Amino acid sequence: MFELAVLDSALRMATPLILASLGGLFSERSGVVNIALEGILLTGAFASIVATYYTGNPWAGVFAGVFAGVLISLIHAIVSIVFKADQIVSGVAINLLAMGLTQFLTWIVWGSSANSPSVQGMAHWSLPEIWGPVARGVNVVISHYPPLVYVALILVAVSHVVLFRTPFGLRLRATGEHPEAVDTLGVSVHAMRFAGVLLSGAFAGLGGAFLALNTHQFVKNMSAGRGFIALAAMIFGKWSPGGALAACLLFGYAEAVQMGFQGQAVPTQFVQMIPYVLTMVALVGVIGRARPPAAIGKPY
Amino acid sequence: MRKSLARPFIILVVTIVVAATFCGCSTDQPGSTDGTLKVGMVFDVGGKGDKSFNDSAYRGLLHAADQFGVEHTEFEPGQDADRETGLRKLAQARYDVVIGVGFLFSDAMRKVAADYPDVKFACIDFDPRPGETLPDNLAGLRFREEEGSFLVGVIAGFFSETGRIGFIGGMDIPLIHKFEAGYIAGAKYANPAVSVTVAYTGTTPQAFADPAKGKELALLQYRRGVDVIYHAAGSTGNGVIEAAREVDRQAIGVDSNQNYMAPGNVLTSMVKRVDNAVLMTVRSVVEGNFHGGLREFGLADDGVGYAVDEYNEDLLTDEMLAFVEDARQAIIEGTVSVPKE
Repeated sequence: MFELAVLDSALRMATPLILASLGGLFSERSGVVNIALEGILLTGAFASIVATYYTGNPWAGVFAGVFAGVLISLIHAIVSIVFKADQIVSGVAINLLAMGLTQFLTWIVWGSSANSPSVQGMAHWSLPEIWGPVARGVNVVISHYPPLVYVALILVAVSHVVLFRTPFGLRLRATGEHPEAVDTLGVSVHAMRFAGVLLSGAFAGLGGAFLALNTHQFVKNMSAGRGFIALAAMIFGKWSPGGALAACLLFGYAEAVQMGFQGQAVPTQFVQMIPYVLTMVALVGVIGRARPPAAIGKPY
Repeated sequence: MRKSLARPFIILVVTIVVAATFCGCSTDQPGSTDGTLKVGMVFDVGGKGDKSFNDSAYRGLLHAADQFGVEHTEFEPGQDADRETGLRKLAQARYDVVIGVGFLFSDAMRKVAADYPDVKFACIDFDPRPGETLPDNLAGLRFREEEGSFLVGVIAGFFSETGRIGFIGGMDIPLIHKFEAGYIAGAKYANPAVSVTVAYTGTTPQAFADPAKGKELALLQYRRGVDVIYHAAGSTGNGVIEAAREVDRQAIGVDSNQNYMAPGNVLTSMVKRVDNAVLMTVRSVVEGNFHGGLREFGLADDGVGYAVDEYNEDLLTDEMLAFVEDARQAIIEGTVSVPKE
């Protein structure tokens, strides 16, 4: 259960979840519910493969994924902040839109609504060997996982600092707790919420890019519910980056254990229950009451 | 004022979504005018471009178009409920032959074939009920996947240096168990001491279209000392092949010849000649001798087999190939029987 292969697998599978739940965090901390994470992941995945397909450079794909995530979350921002529509409804609409639109565009670009061709993947980071033993030592650490795994972990720390140690973070959190107070102090509630929602698009778009580039292709609905799991992880982690990270790692680990157990004389159906059982046990046993931002879901 | 704009906006978005979802089909001109045969094909979960099962069917369709000059249209269902809709749509547009690619079409086929007795239907991997007889306008085309899987199992058992090989299935269903059973039997036939690690991706059709999970499943098996993995998992298997390339081990492709996908890391492919079945169906309609009922394709009529080409010939020794050919003959002659589960 604790063999290295399973732990590695857990971290890789947690990565898109970590990125998406960080995204959710920024949006929800600013007071906008974002169940569109699933659709944003999918959009980011699609855009990253299209860009990589045409440029041959996976990093162009990463930027395209982030950009597409921001673009589609802009719809959520406009609908729910400017037009004050119900944020859940808008989120559902975006999820449906992303599902249909990515299939439609896949068909336009490659003539199949289900699969893209394989594209260039992302090379693992490494320092040149000629730099001597130090480089080799560093490589043991930095070339073990795909680059975006490290990026995701760094972003957790950055998000924590931004949210809890900067004026921007303070304003963002205040907007989610008590927008009237923020408004009174001359800070634009709309601007803060736009920032929150667009940031969530950037993060989830990056998560989608990882998902697709790690498998070198786009497949319809390839997000496969990961956006919703990320949302659960964010709540599970009590709307904090560290908590979300821990929750995502737990989900990733449960999934990896499930995979690791297969084919070892335990019935598959039983093994496949593991992630869900583990989640419920953790929810009931470990995590106390989670308190959402006070003004969440309320248009201002 | 602002608030009143929100609703039309959402309605607009939803409309676009619905429109986009149903845009899977390319052209559909109504009723043939000049007497050319019209063939429609509806794809399975993995979808066109899966480089595997669906693409094999699509190749058959293109061949048929080439050989007999038939008109053709494809439909890619956006979601589960669209499968029956797709079949109906093509039948309504008076297509002469409608082909459903995959066992998931079985129920929808029964219904639609009964409603349109003048249209001929063919269903790949049709899943019959016990004792069921099919109507005259419905052909259920089945394959003895276990026989082809046996042969790639022989190759895997022969090739493996660690004595540990793997199998990754898509959805956990009897159809895929056939692949597994044949593979294991074949591997043990070549090397009785071989151990086989079996994993399934999931229990829903989505399990055939999750390459991210396929890759992780494969990486885990390779890390545990497995050196050859056979996948029967649609586009989930693309992840398996990607994993083989990444850690430089061997994968075995399925349905289509997938050797080219990672030259040197795809040991062979279990080819399931869905293309031939499609071509044969269209030919029978062209020649006027189409008839309903179940048909099974196996090793004897080249319905299944294994692929050798320029991408994997360096991996396979003459000794290995001779051994596999012997096994092939033995199965055809009936001296070796292959289990189905």
